[in-house]
Amino acid sequence: MFELIGIPPQALFGQLLLGLINGSFYAMLSLGLAIIFGLLNIINFTHGAQYMLGAFVAWMLLNYLGISYWWALFLVPVIVGATGIVIERLLISRLYHLDHLYGLLLTFGIALIMQGVLRNNYGISGLPYSIPPQLAGGQNLGFMFLPNYRGWVVVASLFVCLGTWFVIEKTRLGAYLRAATENPTLVGAFGINVPLMITLTYGFGVALAGFAGVLAAPIYSVNPNMGAELIIVVFAVVVIGGMGSILGAILTGFGLGLVEGLTRVFYPEGSAVVIFVIMAIVLMIKPAGLFGRTA
Amino acid sequence: MTAVTETDAASAVAEPRIRKKGMGMPARHMVILALLLAAGIIAPFMLYPVFVMKILCFALFACALNLLLGFGGLLSFGHAAYFGSASYVAAHAAKVWGLSPELSILAGTGAAALLGLIFGSLAIRRQGIYFAMVTLAFAQMIYFFALQAPFTGGEDGIQGVPRGNLFGLISIQSHFATYWMVLAITFIGLLIIYRVIHSPFGQVLKAIRENEPRAISLGYHVNRYKLTVFVLSATLAGLAGATKAFVFQLASLTDVHWTMSGEVVLMTLLGGMGTVFGPIVGAVVIVSMQNYLATWGAWVTIVQGIVFVICVMLFREGIVGVLQKWLKKTL
Amino acid sequence: MNMKTILLGSIAAAVFAAPAYAVDVKIGVLNDRSGIYADLAGEGSVIATRMAVEDFDAAGKGINVEIVSADHQNRPDVGSTIARQWYDQENVDVIVDVPTSSVALAVHDITRELDKVFLNSGAATSDLTGSACSPNTIHWTYDTWQLADGTGRAVVENGGDTWFFLTADYAFGHALERDTSAVVEASGGTVVGTVRTPFPGTDFSSFLLQAQSSGAKVIGLANAGGDTVNSIKQASEFGITQAGQSLAGLLVFVNDIHALGLQTAQGLLLTESFYWDLNDGTREWSARFEEQTGNKPSMVQAGVYSSVLHYLKAVEALGDKGSQEVIAKMKELPTDDPLFGQGEVRADGRKTHDSYLFRVKTPEESEGPWDYYETVSTTPAAQAFRPLEEGGCSLVE
Repeated sequence: MFELIGIPPQALFGQLLLGLINGSFYAMLSLGLAIIFGLLNIINFTHGAQYMLGAFVAWMLLNYLGISYWWALFLVPVIVGATGIVIERLLISRLYHLDHLYGLLLTFGIALIMQGVLRNNYGISGLPYSIPPQLAGGQNLGFMFLPNYRGWVVVASLFVCLGTWFVIEKTRLGAYLRAATENPTLVGAFGINVPLMITLTYGFGVALAGFAGVLAAPIYSVNPNMGAELIIVVFAVVVIGGMGSILGAILTGFGLGLVEGLTRVFYPEGSAVVIFVIMAIVLMIKPAGLFGRTA
Repeated sequence: MTAVTETDAASAVAEPRIRKKGMGMPARHMVILALLLAAGIIAPFMLYPVFVMKILCFALFACALNLLLGFGGLLSFGHAAYFGSASYVAAHAAKVWGLSPELSILAGTGAAALLGLIFGSLAIRRQGIYFAMVTLAFAQMIYFFALQAPFTGGEDGIQGVPRGNLFGLISIQSHFATYWMVLAITFIGLLIIYRVIHSPFGQVLKAIRENEPRAISLGYHVNRYKLTVFVLSATLAGLAGATKAFVFQLASLTDVHWTMSGEVVLMTLLGGMGTVFGPIVGAVVIVSMQNYLATWGAWVTIVQGIVFVICVMLFREGIVGVLQKWLKKTL
Repeated sequence: MNMKTILLGSIAAAVFAAPAYAVDVKIGVLNDRSGIYADLAGEGSVIATRMAVEDFDAAGKGINVEIVSADHQNRPDVGSTIARQWYDQENVDVIVDVPTSSVALAVHDITRELDKVFLNSGAATSDLTGSACSPNTIHWTYDTWQLADGTGRAVVENGGDTWFFLTADYAFGHALERDTSAVVEASGGTVVGTVRTPFPGTDFSSFLLQAQSSGAKVIGLANAGGDTVNSIKQASEFGITQAGQSLAGLLVFVNDIHALGLQTAQGLLLTESFYWDLNDGTREWSARFEEQTGNKPSMVQAGVYSSVLHYLKAVEALGDKGSQEVIAKMKELPTDDPLFGQGEVRADGRKTHDSYLFRVKTPEESEGPWDYYETVSTTPAAQAFRPLEEGGCSLVE
């Protein structure tokens, strides 16, 4: 690590921390995608738009109804998740017997509609959303100034990701879910309502995107395109991680955030493509992804 | 027309099986091809030539994608990479190196082929939607490259590409002269695609699409076939992109952006995946829509999204696919 | 009624109803109505065009104006198809606005080829009046040279003499950074560092921390649109402005400030050619504009108004709309309107007017919605733009 000479370790540590914060968004979004893919076999291209919708709904709640950030943290996932359930029931559920490509194309179309409608109504410059007063300011950690809000993002994201992992891997509900992923017919034969479970799973995955959107609203520009570019990076994260395990999605998300953070220090120009480069390498060495099972 | 006859004769010799099944009856397709050519010749007198040229370029682009998607069963969500890179290379060749149009287009197409070989050999390691995501991610890399590389002019793109003289002799300054060149290129491109689809190679592709393990067990090197069709598709997409650089006399970032990849998938889907002539219809509809809805602003995006949803939900065979069912004949 | 009376009648009508001539003019407003420039141009520019036609009383002066508009979706192929079709088939005489450099350059080339008139208000690239200049184009509102010079020089003169750049990593960002560093150094300042940020980006915190540790007094944001909004938002979050460093935006519009809110944007330094609250003239016009659109005008929309007004003046003076004659007349007549004050259209097609360095107010200083800017300094029209001989324009002998 001789290249590190010239960069004080404290600064490096600060950059790693920032990478971790970005990683928390990757983790939440790729987790949602992984869950949806696992059970529905659908690549949810709408995920970026649903993340964007989360931020917009938080803004609407605040500006039209005066509902604060904290309530939005609970309400927005419910609202966005509910829209997801409607989409799943009305549209996606009719495609399960078809090739996966159709699911991808459908959700791509839905994403275009959502972006277009919000762009028509709210323009593109973005909407202001302030950091909640309880989390304003920051801590001087010695090596960097850490805004309280960023710290909160990491904590909230870790909490949600690990909570999801626990539910899926360690509870009875999660066991049903995993079983339904493997063999829906058999699980249905045990008297479990598989279609309902699928619908709720989609709702939950989408709610995760909505939650990430609320977390993002105070620090990123709230505009109709905010999810469009991000979703492609998250796709790459998913390819790198592989769809094998929930924990894999979380670890890959955080890990790639860190890698990206390091790139920003040593080769800032490359930080936008580093994830895609890693993806190419992983594909060459381990086509199923780091945590994926070979099909 | 001789070219068409030869093509069909060749395919007839190569695939007696197919003729028995009644697929790809050359006579009907010959009529359609002749009609298309006739329409292509009349169109610039009825409509604005630049607009028709745009349709032609996108028709070729969509047909190239369809070769991969409709006949290879591989959904590439990153075809803008080949279309756009070829456009940049051709524009650069004509403007900076001063090459003649046909050499510039050749250079652009070659670049797309090379890119297709590199990305394709990696992408075919994954299947289904993973394949789609991988192609998308690679296309995004090309986008970043085009954004940062000095020769692409970043946001400004390469502007004012000289149309020059075809083969150093024939001036293509006027829209009409350019039009005949574009029509010829598109038509040749379509014939190549038609030929590939109806060759033994095309049949193996369809077999792989329908049942890959079976094709493997029959002893086919599946990955070699996939890679070949990928490169072929990328090359033809590149041909379309390079030609487009001469139509608009510019190359820009929109050609490599992922929304372009989405658009061409939409054209193929709307026209009819896996039909020979569907993508052409899709290109006509989408390009006209963009043109005539231009005053509507953001509605273009919304309408495109709605068309996507309707296609997938109600209309999976696409326009030509539905027609095909109706007439009970393959088109 | 015999033939004679009809003839006499129509002559009489022509004499009494209108001046001796009647000209039909068709104006095409081509801009972004759905993408990132929809707020600062978009429908507002169409309304500004209509206001110019009405304020000029074109109909009363015998000029029959028709306005068409379209969305170029920030795509040069879409923009150039529309422009060609307008010129070739719909007899459009002049295209106005056209934000996005790539589309503007394409329309610029087509306009020259077909010998029409192009009045650009929305695009930033100074190439339009430099190496790529054309006898058919007038670049109205602002350009990259003006922004770099206005912000760079004025900020150094006001004490901000050490700079660190956050540069969007593409040609536009590089050009802004290069031009501004040259100005900063020429004015006696130093550039202590620069970082190239991927474009488009969402998270700039890492780069901002690098800027912070450089100790520079001023952090120059050589980026645009969403990148600028995000970097300003995050600079406020990481307490960078509170700690004493200033942010200087090199391409920021009033709509961006509106989107950010004063709490976040306060203290930002930026250059614009127009602000609604400069004087009575701008306030009066902006109030009327706001009635129709619900927003205060951006400098781009104001520029569209001003350019259409000047174009109509030239058409009136000539009684004709021949492209070369009108452009020559526009260059000959001094410009003067309530929005941009006095100026001129130079030989290279550059329109000049005063340029302002603004500081964004704190929430306490602001007295209401859209009360965002405090004027730091004014650069007079003659110095605000690139000197005629430095642009490399072939029209300048």
